[in-house]
Amino acid sequence: MSILVIAEHDNTSLRPATLNTVSAAVVLGGEIDLLVAGGNCQGAADEAATVDGVSRVLMADDPALTDGLAENLAPLVESIARDYSHVLAPATTYGKNLLPRAAALLDVQQISDISAIESPDTFVRPIYAGNALATVRSLDAVKLITVRTTAFDAAGQSSAAPIEMVSGSQEAGLSKFIGEELTRSERPELTTADIIVSGGRGMQSSENFGMLESLADKLGAAVGASRAAVDAGYVPNDYQVGQTGKVVAPDLYIAVGISGAIQHLAGMKDSKVIVAINKDEEAPIFQVADYGWVVDLFEAIPQLEEALDSPSS
Amino acid sequence: MKVLVPIKRVIDANIKVRVKADESGVELNNVKMAMNPFCEIAVEEAIRLRESGRVEEIIVVTVGPTQSQETLRTALAMGADRAILIEADPAPEPLAVAKLLRAIVDKEAPGLVLLGKQAIDGDNNQTGQMLSGLLGWSIGTFVSRLQVEDAVVRVTREVDGGLENIELVQPAIVTVDLRLNEPRYASLPNIMKAKKKPLDTFTPETLGVDVSPRIETIKVIDPPSRAAGTRVTSAAELVDKLRNEAKVI
Ligand SMILES: Cc1cc2nc3c(=O)[nH]c(=O)nc-3n(C[C@H](O)[C@H](O)[C@H](O)COP(=O)(O)OP(=O)(O)OC[C@H]3O[C@@H](n4cnc5c(N)ncnc54)[C@H](O)[C@@H]3O)c2cc1C
Repeated sequence: MSILVIAEHDNTSLRPATLNTVSAAVVLGGEIDLLVAGGNCQGAADEAATVDGVSRVLMADDPALTDGLAENLAPLVESIARDYSHVLAPATTYGKNLLPRAAALLDVQQISDISAIESPDTFVRPIYAGNALATVRSLDAVKLITVRTTAFDAAGQSSAAPIEMVSGSQEAGLSKFIGEELTRSERPELTTADIIVSGGRGMQSSENFGMLESLADKLGAAVGASRAAVDAGYVPNDYQVGQTGKVVAPDLYIAVGISGAIQHLAGMKDSKVIVAINKDEEAPIFQVADYGWVVDLFEAIPQLEEALDSPSS
Repeated sequence: MKVLVPIKRVIDANIKVRVKADESGVELNNVKMAMNPFCEIAVEEAIRLRESGRVEEIIVVTVGPTQSQETLRTALAMGADRAILIEADPAPEPLAVAKLLRAIVDKEAPGLVLLGKQAIDGDNNQTGQMLSGLLGWSIGTFVSRLQVEDAVVRVTREVDGGLENIELVQPAIVTVDLRLNEPRYASLPNIMKAKKKPLDTFTPETLGVDVSPRIETIKVIDPPSRAAGTRVTSAAELVDKLRNEAKVI
């Protein structure tokens, strides 16, 4: 077996999701090549070479690949994928955007968002917002798979694999990257944070989200949100946790003023410990919470901050 | 310009799905079905583009069992002009759906295909991207803002790091995200009118597309359930439990 993992990166460094995807490849077993396709991406390739379990880094460096446009990347993936038994990408917006286009070029039915590997052709994946788990077997010769990153630990980075150049693809001339508005934050990233403080419609305003940010800073936590909070404009879209937002599984998830709709639970119910703070004792979030506190959040959050300041008992 | 809007009939988003006892799938009998919420957003956007004069005709298409006609009628009642049903039961996998849609694109020659970013049944998030690959067209996924110009489509994409703006050469494929718009409800007179709008039917055979499965479902089971835990009544108690019982802070 030989596995191609498509690295997600920003040309200078790897995105953490790449490390989880390599771990899934390690579970499959076999030779693992890590493809770094970008423009001026030596930095990312150098980091890729350190990832444990990787035999070779394949680096494709071309201006057409700088911005991760699927139209330019997919033909490159198509041209090398046939040498492999499996092609894996993270189930992030990057992987979800790219891999199905490559799968269509290869005439392969992709398997999305796997959470476990049963055998080289059989995988488990959540469906219906995680309300069911399907075990599926791929009948395709090459398997194209996106990996749910929370289901696999991050691979270590203490190796030194060789880097080989592969020829980049052509500019397809179909789309143009104009710019991005990235959310900048000093806090940990949502998908890799050990602790997440998440707010919902109950927060009532973006100013009030400041309370959660202050609590998060005390805990070294990331800040997340429900769809309702994002739709209302309290926080940017990349805060959304859920079926159609980010999937997270921190050690501690504190849901504040979130009712616990199935679409929200789909994104966080694999967290190790869940705390729910909600004034409605019937809120469904309490059904999955390890610790539930029925209280008005505007009283609870300042009290919680104060209690965190007091020395451990 | 014509717009093609592929849509899907799924279990209503508000219904809690039940796994079948024989583990062969989820229960679809006597369950309330509805248009996939992302597809509603795609239909709504197509209607707004027609209202702004950018689009002349909206064709909705679905692949699925006979009952999927209801979903097409809903889209017609919202404002689509005509509908195409590709009858296939059970609904084929995304790659096969993309091939069927390519056959319709070849017939209709739309300038834009608008789809939902994912269907909330399989949560695959593949069909639009696959169609773009089969056609060799530009693709904008997870779109929360869209502007159709003469030769290009400008889109804002919701990505993990925030937002990304790209420009797509027409003809283009766009998959839509939740915050693009709020879909309208169909009015009663429009529901009546929709009954008279044209609806053509094809099958995979008449379109010459092989839809045999590439994936075998071995079993479908309930996820591990999480038991409700304990209640706390003060911040001090909560912090104590998190420090000394759960040991997570
Ligand atoms: C196709 C589709 C996809 C979706 N995807 C997602 C997704 O990815 N992520 C997601 O989160 N949702 C998603 N949703 C939306 C989801 O169904 C819910 O509407 C949403 O999660 C509700 O957000 P909420 O819990 O913040 O708001 P609400 O359901 O309105 O809950 C607010 C909660 O705050 C509590 N509250 C209010 N004031 C206070 C106070 N002062 N003190 C304490 N508690 C208070 C209330 O008791 C209530 O429980 C999706 C829906 C659809 C149809």
